[in-house]
Amino acid sequence: MIPLSWYLILSGILFTIGVIGVLTRRNAIVIFMCIELMLNAVNLAFVTFSRQLNSMDGQIFVFFIMTVAAAEAAVGLAIIVALFRNKGSVNVDDMNLMKW
Amino acid sequence: MEITIPPFDIKSIAPIIIMTIAGIVVLMADVFFKRALKDKLAYLSLIGIIIAGVVTFTQIGPTVYSFSDTFVVDNYSVFFNFIFLVSTAIVILMSVSYIKQEGINYGEYYTLILFATMGMMLMAGGSDLITIFLGLEIMSISLYVLAGFRRNRLDSNEASLKYFLLGAFATGFLLYGIAMLYGATGTTNIKEIAAFLANNPALSNPMIIMGSSLLIIGFGFKIACVPFHKWTPDVYEGAPTAITAFLSAGPKAAAFAVFFRVFLVSLPALEPKWSMILWVLAVLTMTVGNVVAIAQTNIKRMLAYSSIAHAGYALIAIVAANSLGTASMLFYMLAYIFMNLGAFAVVIVLGRKGEENLMIEDYNGLGYKHPLLAITMSIFMFSLAGIPPLAGFVGKFYIFSAAIKSGYVVLAVIGVLNSVVAVYYYLRVTVAMYMKPPEREFAPLSLSPYMIVALIISIWGTIHLGIFPARIIEFAQKSTLLY
Repeated sequence: MIPLSWYLILSGILFTIGVIGVLTRRNAIVIFMCIELMLNAVNLAFVTFSRQLNSMDGQIFVFFIMTVAAAEAAVGLAIIVALFRNKGSVNVDDMNLMKW
Repeated sequence: MEITIPPFDIKSIAPIIIMTIAGIVVLMADVFFKRALKDKLAYLSLIGIIIAGVVTFTQIGPTVYSFSDTFVVDNYSVFFNFIFLVSTAIVILMSVSYIKQEGINYGEYYTLILFATMGMMLMAGGSDLITIFLGLEIMSISLYVLAGFRRNRLDSNEASLKYFLLGAFATGFLLYGIAMLYGATGTTNIKEIAAFLANNPALSNPMIIMGSSLLIIGFGFKIACVPFHKWTPDVYEGAPTAITAFLSAGPKAAAFAVFFRVFLVSLPALEPKWSMILWVLAVLTMTVGNVVAIAQTNIKRMLAYSSIAHAGYALIAIVAANSLGTASMLFYMLAYIFMNLGAFAVVIVLGRKGEENLMIEDYNGLGYKHPLLAITMSIFMFSLAGIPPLAGFVGKFYIFSAAIKSGYVVLAVIGVLNSVVAVYYYLRVTVAMYMKPPEREFAPLSLSPYMIVALIISIWGTIHLGIFPARIIEFAQKSTLLY
């Protein structure tokens, strides 16, 4: 059997990939995908802990995270679409109307 | 595995249910009775808020845990519910004419505000990290939409996108922190986390340290403390002004409610660690907020940096970590919503369609043309600057005395120095209004009766809390989490 700590390491790696993606990518949709990756890394950590501790709380939490992530995706993509209609670009470097 | 359904205690979440129903009723009324009710949706929302307020009033007193300890009604959450309801009511009054003027008079505007308020109430009463997370997200998702509500305008889109991406990013950190705490303690309930940490070595467990640090990042984003503040000025500037006012009042108070509850109730065992981090964050937040606000020329941006600075003052209260600190934070949040919403109300009155007249020089000579409005703005500016006998002064006074009581004299001194810096940019608005010649034609003011009510409530709150703070302070001291 694969030891549980491996799952935690995988979760940490996925989370780090997500953070690096958010910080380095410039396309709003790719950034959003990286955020989703972070949330799923969290889900993996929760499920692992739930298994390790033999408690259900972690799995319940994962359901809530998935629901919220779905709601966030709906709103987030709508915002990106609204922006694309006005600007014709989803590159976050172009979002420079306001500074300082 | 046998699953028992815990007893329901609907009464404890009654205000939240009422806000939800009010939101749904407004949405349905907008769809089905659009013609008949076009301008009455604000009334419906206000009725919902008043009923929720009355129900909240009956909850004062005992501490009730419900839904298997995931939700709690205590004086602390009741006090915050009052803050949320008052701020939401003022924002709705401010919005009625504003959204017509901006051409965004849709029913879902009120619905989203009511849902956001419902999320805040869930946060303030959350006694389990799941509840807190849910409340935070209900609030945030509504706010992402509201920030981009003028969807034909690029600055509103941009504000919404920035808020959304950074908010979701911060949520990721918050959740990872919660996962770490869950892994280390085996529970997400904040009381049980506290009980676990009291009986086990907390400071030597890296998972707990990392988890609570990640929580600081997540909450720090929501309260806009430096270095997690970069979204604030852009979002505040781009969002519709009424929503900017809303953002600076309720959601900030809600984030503080959660911040205090999680750190003072569930993580007191780690206090030596987090009080040092928060000490630094408080100093940075105050200093950066105040110093950068000096350089601003746009009044919405200036108020954004001022709200960052005010978050710094409130952080002092959490560093103090005594009962006076919590009471002073409660009082400060109440005082802050009155003066800040009032200032934004004046900004809306002077603004024209398409968000014009937002520069500080647009206020030049206002004192000669519209003396009453200029006096109103001056009252809010003096209060924000912390000049007696207004609410802001009393709030700061209690926060600094809480810090001194816990021995953080240096922190209190830095706070006082910062409020001196703050006087400069708040008074710049007053100077512009009274000591500079008018540079533009002032159109006659279009003050709707709703706006006048909103302004009167804000002025009353600012002055009343400044001159007669005793009763509110007394209630706040009964509402602390620590005894």
